[in-house]
Parts: sequence; C-alpha cells; structure tokens
Amino acid sequence: MAKAEREALLDPLFNNNPIALQVLGICSALAVTTKLETSLVMSLAVIAVLIGSNVAISAIRNQIPSSIRIIVQLTIIASLVIVTDQILKAFVFDVSKQLSVFVGLIITNCIIMGRAEAFAMQNTVKMSLMDALGNGFGYAIILIVVAFVRELFGSGKLFGVTILQTVNEGGWYVPNGLMVLAPAAFFLIGGFIWVVRSWKPEQVEEEFHVGALLEPGHEGNLR
Amino acid sequence: MQHSTSYILLFAAAVCAVCSVFVSGASVLLEERQQANVELDRQKKVLVVAGLMEEGESLSRVEVAKRFETNIVPVIVDLETGVVLEGVDASSFDQRKAAKDPEASHPAPTNAAKVQRLPNQGQVFQVVTDGRLQSIIIPISGAGLWSTLYGYIAIDADLETIDGITFYEHGETPGLGGEVDNPRWKALWKGRKAFDKRGKPVIAVKKGMAGPPETDPYNVDGLSGATITSRGVGNLVRFWLGQDGFGPYLDTQRAGGST
Repeated sequence: MAKAEREALLDPLFNNNPIALQVLGICSALAVTTKLETSLVMSLAVIAVLIGSNVAISAIRNQIPSSIRIIVQLTIIASLVIVTDQILKAFVFDVSKQLSVFVGLIITNCIIMGRAEAFAMQNTVKMSLMDALGNGFGYAIILIVVAFVRELFGSGKLFGVTILQTVNEGGWYVPNGLMVLAPAAFFLIGGFIWVVRSWKPEQVEEEFHVGALLEPGHEGNLR
Repeated sequence: MQHSTSYILLFAAAVCAVCSVFVSGASVLLEERQQANVELDRQKKVLVVAGLMEEGESLSRVEVAKRFETNIVPVIVDLETGVVLEGVDASSFDQRKAAKDPEASHPAPTNAAKVQRLPNQGQVFQVVTDGRLQSIIIPISGAGLWSTLYGYIAIDADLETIDGITFYEHGETPGLGGEVDNPRWKALWKGRKAFDKRGKPVIAVKKGMAGPPETDPYNVDGLSGATITSRGVGNLVRFWLGQDGFGPYLDTQRAGGST
C-alpha cells in the first residue's frame, strides 16, 4: 500500500480522529453509547454510509458541477442512510428499534458531509475509500470505548451480559446514574481527548486570545 | 470548472433518478421482511405478557407463530359498548394506526394518562388453552416523563387479578424510568388486584415500596428516581381498564358475555 493511502487509512484513528480532534459527529456519540450493542451497530452503519458516500462522490467528483455540489452530496448521503435504515429494520429489528431516529440522523452526522466535501471531492476513489475506512473506524473506536465505560458502570453489563450485578437485580453494585445520561458521554469524550493529546502533544491547539482579533499583525492566529 | 445551466439541471436530474431507484428498490425488496419483523415483535410481546414465553428467550420465527396461533385469539372490541365485533379480520388490525385515523377514532376526554385520541375499536388478545380462557391481554399506552409508553397488561380470567405487564416501546431515561423494562419490577404486578369490589380500576404505582399482594393488593412499588414515570404508568393502566378504555368490554365479560 502506498504511503499516502496508508496515511489516509491510519491517520484518522488517533492522529486526526474525527471525534477527538475534529470534534465532528458528537451528537450521535452522546445518544447511542449507553450500550455496546447499539454503539457497534451504529458504528457499522456510519462506516457503511461513509464508505458508500466517499466512494460514490469521489467517483463522480469531476462531473459534479461545483455550484450544486453540496446538495448532490446530501442527496447521495441521504439515499445511503435511508437504505441503511431499511436494512437494519429488516435484519436487526431489535437494535434498530433502540437506535430509533439516530440512524436517520446519520444524514446530519458532520463526519460524512465533512469527509465528502473535504476529501472525496479532491481525491481518487481508492484514496477516498481508505479515508472512509479510517474515519469510520476512528469514529467507531470512540463510540466503543465510551459505550464500554457507560454500559459497564451505568448498568453493570457488557453486551447485555451482567458483569457487575446491580442492586435492582439483587446484587451489590449501585449503578452510576450519570453514566446512562447523555452528559456522561461528554465527560468521557473529554477525557479521551485529554488522553490522546497528552500522548500526542502536537494535537494541542494554540491558545486563543480574543484580544488577538483586535491586534494588528496577529491575523495568523485567526482560525 | 464552469458548467452550463442545462448540464447542471441534467446532472441533478440524473443524480435524483439514480438515488430514487436505489432507495425505492431497497424499500420494495425489504418491505416484506420488515413487516414480518414488526408482526413477530408484536407476537413476542403478547406471548411474554401472557407468560407463554420468557423475556429475551430466543425462539425461532416459526415457534413464535406456532405458540401465538395455538394460544392466542385476537378479538376486535367496540370500545364504547364493549361488544365483540364478529366478522372483522382481527389479525391485521392495528390499534395504534386506528387511533391516528380520523375515520376510525375520536378525541379522548381529558385524562390523566394524556391519551389524545381513542380508536373506535380496540384489539384485545384472549389467551385460551385447551378451550378455557386463561387471561385477557389489553393494550395500554400513555404519557410517562419524556415519552408515550406502549405496552400490554394481562388480566386473569377472574377479571380482577393482574397476570403481567410489559412495555414494548418507550423513551424513558435508561436506568430510571427505563426500569419499567426490569423483569423484577414487572414481576411485582403479578397477583395484584386491578379492580376494587365495585369493578373500579384502582391499581396504583405507589411511591416507595408496596406490601405483598395479599395485604396490599392495589399498590405496586414505585420506580426509584422515576416518580413521574411511575405515576404515568399507574394513570395509563387505570385509564385503559376504566370506562373510557376497555372497561365496558370487561363489564360485558363479567356479565358472562361470550368469549
């Protein structure tokens, strides 16, 4: 595999993770991570849609008129999401019931639009496929880690199998109520970002002063 | 790159055409399977509340259908009079759809369960084993804290005792109101009395712990940390067992109505 392709595949896992560094796709990461099973299915759905959209958009990137490119991307993404939703309803009905609206909301997942616009529009099909896989798995890693912690400490289970028997079920473990609520995912993702940035300090952004906006000669700080 | 207006229009039309074929193709191909899943899911819930299947037990599609067909008799009931309607296809009736259809429903009187519309006809499931009525399964729905809860309650053939309760759809907080799905909590309902001596639904979800069914038959333990969901469940159960819900039907059954 050529170096550029390997980078497109591996970079988004930690170096340029869509959630941890680009802070995209947070909404679904908060909503579906109370359980590992739903997170896994959600991750697979996002990976599938991301591969489909990156490949399709990259394949016709030279034909897409730039004035309507965003709406073309959206049309393709929306179609893929609807089909994914249909497939989930047909084959994993129980999980799709739990994911409810969040599968449909993959359409608005910024990672998909972001990769289509930022990468697939400029790169070959093969590179875009690698980019989709990398970003998809980068998203999946975070979802799985967050769901692992939330399910284990929030309900004492992993994949629905009891690990810590909770008080409600006659055991000893008092579940952490915060973990089942959405803010827990914020804390965990924040923690994850902290860990990744301590490990890879080059990801730390320069401190941003509001004053810099006013000072002449510091335009470089504007991001 | 500049494109002519006609190229842009043509391109947009082509993208739409390809995408719509893709989407409708998937929808048509998968529809049958999805319908089967919805039906299977409903049958499973009914079997669980009837005590004919364990929660989370993995049964094949065929086995579920077989158990359902041998034990369960779906019946369509006129809600206002409580009369069982003959000659209506009960298997394909969808009460939730009926409640949304202006032709088949009417606005509900103000009620604590916050039910907005009532279907003219309701669907109950009679559990019949060896020709004897075991219990009657009644669909229930109403407001919790965040969401509308949908489920079933099973009333014993004595038309007084609760045999079981289950919810198949809700959006309550996992771990708090979501504990309505906890098998231990659901088991607390079994054996309690839904109606007082005059046939009025009085079962309530109490704050805190209720006594055993023998001494405290009209109360169920509340869910800790979920006062509003608990109250909502009590309200919605009483609503559907009451005169605006399936009360008239249960009255005809008490009067010895044919099954």
